Amino acid sequence: MALDPPIQVIGLRKAFGAHVVLDDVSLEVRPGEAVALLGANGAGKTTLLRILATLLRPSRGTARVAGYDCLRETAEVRAHVGLLAHGAWVYEDLTPFENLRFWATLGGLPRSREALGGALAAVELDRVADERVRTFSLGMKRRLALARFVLARPSVLLLDEPFAGIDQRAGKWLDGHLGAFKAAGGALLMTTHSFGRGLPVADRMAVLAAGRVALDTPLGALTPDDVRRLYELHAEDGP
Amino acid sequence: MIYARRAWIVLWKDFLSERRSKETLNALFFFALLLLFLFQFALGADRERLTAALPGLLWLGFILSGLVGLGRAFLAERENDCWEGLVMMPGDKSAIYLGKVAGNLVLMVLVEAILLVLFAVFFNIDLATHLIRLTAVIGLGTIGFAAVGTLFAAMTAHVRARELLFPVLLLPVQVPVLLGAVKATEAVLRGEPLDTVAHWLGLLAAADAIYLTVGVLTFDAILEA
Amino acid sequence: MKDPQRALGWLAAIGLAAGLVVAFGIAPREATQGNVQRIMYLHVPAILVAYLAFGVVLVASTTYLWRRAAGADRLAHASAEVGVIFTAINIATGSIWGKPTWGTWWTWDARLTSVSIMFVIYLAYLLLRAMLEDREQAARFAAVLGIVAALDIPLVHFSVYWWRTLHQPPTVLRPGSIPMDATFVAALTINLAAFALLYGYFVAKRVRLLKREQEVLA
Repeated sequence: MALDPPIQVIGLRKAFGAHVVLDDVSLEVRPGEAVALLGANGAGKTTLLRILATLLRPSRGTARVAGYDCLRETAEVRAHVGLLAHGAWVYEDLTPFENLRFWATLGGLPRSREALGGALAAVELDRVADERVRTFSLGMKRRLALARFVLARPSVLLLDEPFAGIDQRAGKWLDGHLGAFKAAGGALLMTTHSFGRGLPVADRMAVLAAGRVALDTPLGALTPDDVRRLYELHAEDGP
Repeated sequence: MIYARRAWIVLWKDFLSERRSKETLNALFFFALLLLFLFQFALGADRERLTAALPGLLWLGFILSGLVGLGRAFLAERENDCWEGLVMMPGDKSAIYLGKVAGNLVLMVLVEAILLVLFAVFFNIDLATHLIRLTAVIGLGTIGFAAVGTLFAAMTAHVRARELLFPVLLLPVQVPVLLGAVKATEAVLRGEPLDTVAHWLGLLAAADAIYLTVGVLTFDAILEA
Repeated sequence: MKDPQRALGWLAAIGLAAGLVVAFGIAPREATQGNVQRIMYLHVPAILVAYLAFGVVLVASTTYLWRRAAGADRLAHASAEVGVIFTAINIATGSIWGKPTWGTWWTWDARLTSVSIMFVIYLAYLLLRAMLEDREQAARFAAVLGIVAALDIPLVHFSVYWWRTLHQPPTVLRPGSIPMDATFVAALTINLAAFALLYGYFVAKRVRLLKREQEVLA
């Protein structure tokens, strides 16, 4: 299945009761590509990520990850995908080391002391490996989530607002880390609603509005200002 | 082996969190103490009446503190989207269920031990002579309660009115366990041998087996997107 | 789809009419209890059909967890609702019968108690359904509860029986101790059949309504 695109969404619809969030969404992410997903609050960015992560069932249409169907082949999809959700899956009263060991054990990942320590070092949390997560900043918690991906080696990363609420330095670090993931052939889909943030690593941006992809364009040489103008032009399209 | 390790890590995680935060256990101990006062106030100081009602009161205490304790069983999972993490884990989810049941069992047994000691002191029960038989009865009753309680706590974890729905679901289903446990405890405290309540113990054991089996078989459907 | 359902409805109506005639016209007046006994022709079929309904909930719930067929979920939902109604009829008629016979509306009689616990369990089942917003999630959770509840019924039955009788009884699942005259049996059977038809009709209607609701919201 090497030829299948890492992420492929065709004619996707998701409704909660009578409320249609995604109407007809099509999107593709290629290997080594990062796509930034923009849109107003409630435009369905998180919904799309959650469908791809098998946490929500689409109402209609298909979503595929690494060629596997997100509705019917959930086990295979879950093996390929890494999800960084808002909460980053951390238990506040455990240390980073214990958190990582917990998820590694449940996920059937390498769980030796060396493997866990190495993953923490890769996200620069090794010095605080034995402190409680409760005291950590948002950026540190997100890094802890990334350490999981160092162990699990997903080919697709789904990131929900990875840059929200963290400072400039942490953002730069994250940019570098995601860039390395991309360079190794991984595919990346991330939501964002702040224009400067996350765009350096992104190759394309897709704007969700009224349940559709209103704009899907390479970022290329666009400046943040261009992006903002483009976004405002397309995101405000009401239904 | 891997299955046991997965169950164990869930128990270990909850144990570590509780040991560090001491949120649930401290409050539950205090709650148990308060219950004792409530019982005393409700029934008055009449020793005889209290003694007659003792097995029922004891289990009322276990059940009430169990409701409060088990209702919080998936609180940590609600934080930081950890629930979704569990949903996305590969393999058999029943290992997670058994780990949670074990953790809840430990929590309930600890609170029950405290309640027993308090009852012994306040209501003058001779614990030492009954201890082994009492432990058997309480163990059988508590396993059933924790087995269904864990299942229902997971089901209600995402409902807005979960504090209400959880006991409403759990209590009627637990009537057989409650009746059996109270009757068996009554016999034990009267100093009767356990064979006089063999049918009750059989019922408790059957209930435990049924609840645990259903929990193991259906937990996959609860921990699903 | 529509015609068999209508036929079922008419059959149930005819059955109920026949049941009433037999119960009040043909069946003889019971010697000790008098006319009050006639309420049994309503009381007993109601609970038997309720047991049937909860059995259907169990089977449909298991099927749902296994196959994930939305139809099985709707059947479980409808059957639980109708079962709760029939249980309520049973409890209400039992209470009405109890007043002249025992001199009280309510007593902690073993059968009365275990039936009312069952009633509460399935009320809670419907409550859970009502409180879960996501339909698919509601289906899964309700299926789990439907299985636990059904397996709990025998436990409730035994425990309450032993609780009331203090000692282990010789026979547990004994049928009602009404003297079984042939006319009594016939009247009971006709009413049972009528109630079963009525159950089938209600469930079919409710299932269709649930399906329509879901189609509108999809």
